[in-house]
Formats: sequence, structure tokens, C-alpha cells
Amino acid sequence: MKSSAFQYELPEDLSSALKLLNSNDLDILPLAGGQSLMPMMNFRVAQPDILIDLNKIDSLKNITIEGDYVRIGSMVRYCELEQSEIIQKHFPLIIHVIPYIAHSAIRNRGTLGGSVSLADPAAEMPSVLITLNASIELSSSNSTRSVNAEDFFKGIFETVRKSNELVTSINIPVSSMPKKFGFYEVTRRHGDYAIAGAVVTSDNGQDNFNDTRVVLFAVSTKPMRVPKSEAALNGNNFNNQDSINEAIDAVTGNSFERDLHNDETTKETLAKVSLKRAIGGLNG
Amino acid sequence: MVDTKTITVTVNNEEYTSTVNVRKNLIDYLREDLGLTGSHVGCEHGVCGACTLDMNGQTVRSCLILAVQADGMEITTIEGLPSEGIAEELKKSFAKNNALQCGYCTPGMLSSALEYLNNGGRANKEEIRRHISGNYCRCTGYQAIVEAIYDVAENGVSK
Ligand SMILES: Cc1cc2nc3c(=O)[nH]c(=O)nc-3n(C[C@H](O)[C@H](O)[C@H](O)COP(=O)(O)OP(=O)(O)OC[C@H]3O[C@@H](n4cnc5c(N)ncnc54)[C@H](O)[C@@H]3O)c2cc1C
Ligand code: FES
Ligand code: FES
Repeated sequence: MKSSAFQYELPEDLSSALKLLNSNDLDILPLAGGQSLMPMMNFRVAQPDILIDLNKIDSLKNITIEGDYVRIGSMVRYCELEQSEIIQKHFPLIIHVIPYIAHSAIRNRGTLGGSVSLADPAAEMPSVLITLNASIELSSSNSTRSVNAEDFFKGIFETVRKSNELVTSINIPVSSMPKKFGFYEVTRRHGDYAIAGAVVTSDNGQDNFNDTRVVLFAVSTKPMRVPKSEAALNGNNFNNQDSINEAIDAVTGNSFERDLHNDETTKETLAKVSLKRAIGGLNG
Repeated sequence: MVDTKTITVTVNNEEYTSTVNVRKNLIDYLREDLGLTGSHVGCEHGVCGACTLDMNGQTVRSCLILAVQADGMEITTIEGLPSEGIAEELKKSFAKNNALQCGYCTPGMLSSALEYLNNGGRANKEEIRRHISGNYCRCTGYQAIVEAIYDVAENGVSK
């Protein structure tokens, strides 16, 4: 199908974009990489009155080091993240995960800010950003605020972002790159959205889990952090099977969400498989 | 309300200036306005890869880009693939390996394959499969396509 008619705006700077977003109560949507919004428009699931194309706003396209954190502009594309020396040096976890997102032609357009704003529960980056203790910067015409990634995602396609705000950057403390990380996802085909997945990080160069984060994705309405699994691992050796089994068992009891093909029980099982394999593949 | 905009696009080294409806996708602009029907439309939601082509040196889904977003860009479609170098080698290799039957996926497949090879992709079937995982082919079963790309990655450009 083709999208319905809309008015197209192409602001050249952030303040013009924010003003447009503010201007009235029509259905106004920002367009980033379009790799999710365009399909939604072609299917007419989204029928905006006004489309604000963010692709000309250069100030949203940079990756910079600012003091003790790395600032990633919301319009940075996956392919640019992958090639950024700053990201390669500081966040090998991001580099490791990007190839699992869709396919090259989609990563050439899709943006980190778009993925964060969309909040698809099956997306990889929201969970990765939670393990990295990232914060999301939101701007409107009259204010700017920063929200911790863990508090940002609310539900399926739902975040704390207000309709007059844009995600302007994703900020990650340099110190939060864990010494070790593991990632695993179950998909039907390389590049597909995950059916279940897990990210595990541990901030210790020694032999024990420390400051562990366990986040599951594609199994609930939003990224699922599992504090009980983290507690089971903390302080124990990377090869301690008892604590690893305890961490995997602790996945039970969380609330899982079915999708079209997999019910809650399947999701729980696949979440455990993902966690087990993510821990088994710990590297870094 | 019909919102239109005038754009200038370079397609296959030729410059075009057109006034387009802002809701028109790039693929429809190329096919309907410019008559370049080599690029195919399948799903219109980014999944099948039939519409994949090159924009400013990168593959993109032309069903997920508005024609107005191509303003100032350089596009290469299947019609503009050079008859020399890697592109020519790839075309020959597809023919030799029977890597196309109905040909519907071929323009997008060639575009993805070309990106793989131009970025230094290796003669490794696993990596080739991963790279073309976003392009559906309903005829060949992929094996012949993988072989065709593999051959060019291994042998490079002859002569
Ligand atoms: C075939 C296919 C497979 C895919 N597979 C995966 C996958 O495996 N994993 C995955 O994570 N993703 C996948 N994606 C989605 C892809 O990663 C998207 O690019 C991404 O989710 C959205 O980024 P975008 O820049 O394209 O955003 P857009 O599609 O432009 O926008 C998405 C939404 O966010 C809003 N928005 C965008 N930017 C901002 C901003 N700065 N501030 C406020 N709101 C904003 C838009 O209004 C829209 O509602 C896939 C897509 C396709 C077509
Ligand atoms: S038509 Fe564009 S990906 Fe299917
Ligand atoms: S040759 Fe028919 S779809 Fe690929």
C-alpha cells in the first residue's frame, strides 16, 4: 500500500523542528531513518497530518566525547555507529550487537534515536543501552531533560517522551562499558526481529561476576531487567555452574508477553535459553 | 490537500528535475515518473529487498524513502550498473551460475551483492548469506546466488 497524504516539512535546525512539533494539535510525527515509520505509513497504521523530516538537522548527527560520557546524536545511523572510532574504542558491546539488527540496507538508514523513540520490545538497542547505563536526552522548545534508559521505556511502542519533545541524544558514561559482556538472540533468520534475547554484562576483569546486569528483550512489553539473576551471579566465578543455574531459574516468575507465534511459556523458555547462551558466550 | 515539491536527483549519472507528490516513495518515482522499471516493488515495507538500490554509495530500501528525500542524491539502479568491473563480473557470474529464474529479486540482489564486494567482502559463504539475508528470492533457493557472489569474491575481475 501507499501512505496517505501528509504535509512534508524539512527543517534545517533543531529549534525549527521543535517549533513545528509544538505548533498545533494535528498528528505530527518526526521522521528519522524511516525504517519503521515508513512501513507503518505504507500500511496506514500511521497517518500523520504533518511529517517532520529530521534528516537535514546536522547537530543531531554527531558522536562526541563530552567529559566523562559519549554523546550520540539521535540521527546517528547504525552504519555510522559501527564505523565510529569512538564507539569502537569505548563500547565494543554496541559494535558487537549492531550486525544483529536487520540488514545492511536498513542499517544504512535506521538511527539510534529512531530505535529508542520507537521502543519496539523486540529491538536490541534499548536493552543494550540499559546495560550501559545510558541516558536519553529529550528536548522541547522550552526545556531539555535527561531520562535514564531504564526509566525511559514504558511499554510496547511507548516511552516517557511527550509529543512536543524530540529525542536529541543518547548519552553513555565512558566508564560504564563493562569488562565482560554476552549477547544472544533467537531469530528465525539472521537480521529478523528477535523472538527472545538476552544481554549480560559484568564489570570485572577478574574471575568473578561483579555489578552484573541482565536484560532480556522480545519477551515482554519492554526490556526486562532481572535483578534476581544479577544477584545470583554477583560475586561468583564466571564458571560457577550453580550460580549460573540459579540465575537462569530466577527468570521464572517474571511476566512474559506472547507474540503472534509464541505463547508466554515459550517466551519464558526461550528467554532462559538466551540467558544461558549469553552467559556461556561471555567475552571481552 | 496535495503537497508537492520540486527535486533534483541524479539517477544513473543523469540529472532529473521533477515536481513530485511528497508522499510518493522513491521506487514509485523511479518507475512511474522516470520510467526506470528495472527496480522492483514487492512488499513496500522493507522486508523483501526487491527495491534495494544504491543511493550515495550505500544500499537503501527505495520503498522506505520518499522521493523528496532523494533531492540532491545520486542513485544507481540496475539500469545504471556499469558494463565493466565488479558489476559486470557479477552479472556474468549470476548468469553462469543460474542465480536467477524469474528475475524479480535480481536487481535488489545485485545491489546488495555489489555492496558486499565493494566493501571488501570475502569469499566466505556464511558471510555472503548473512549479507543477503535481507533479500528474498522465491525461485532459486539461494544456493546459486551465494555461489555466484562467492565466485566473484574469490576470482575478482578477470583480465
Ligand atoms: C525488515 C526490517 C527488519 C528490522 N529488523 C530489526 C531488528 O532486528 N532489530 C531492530 O532493533 N530493529 C529492526 N528494524 C527497525 C529498524 O531498526 C528501525 O530503523 C528502527 O527501529 C527505527 O529507526 P528509524 O531511524 O528508522 O526511525 P523511524 O522509522 O524514522 O521512526 C520510528 C519512530 O520514532 C519516532 N522518532 C524517530 N526519531 C525520533 C526522535 N529523534 N525523537 C522523537 N521521535 C522520533 C518516529 O516518529 C516514529 O514513530 C527492522 C526494520 C525493517 C524494515
Ligand atoms: S519492496 Fe522494498 S523491501 Fe520489499
Ligand atoms: S529469481 Fe525469482 S525471486 Fe529470485
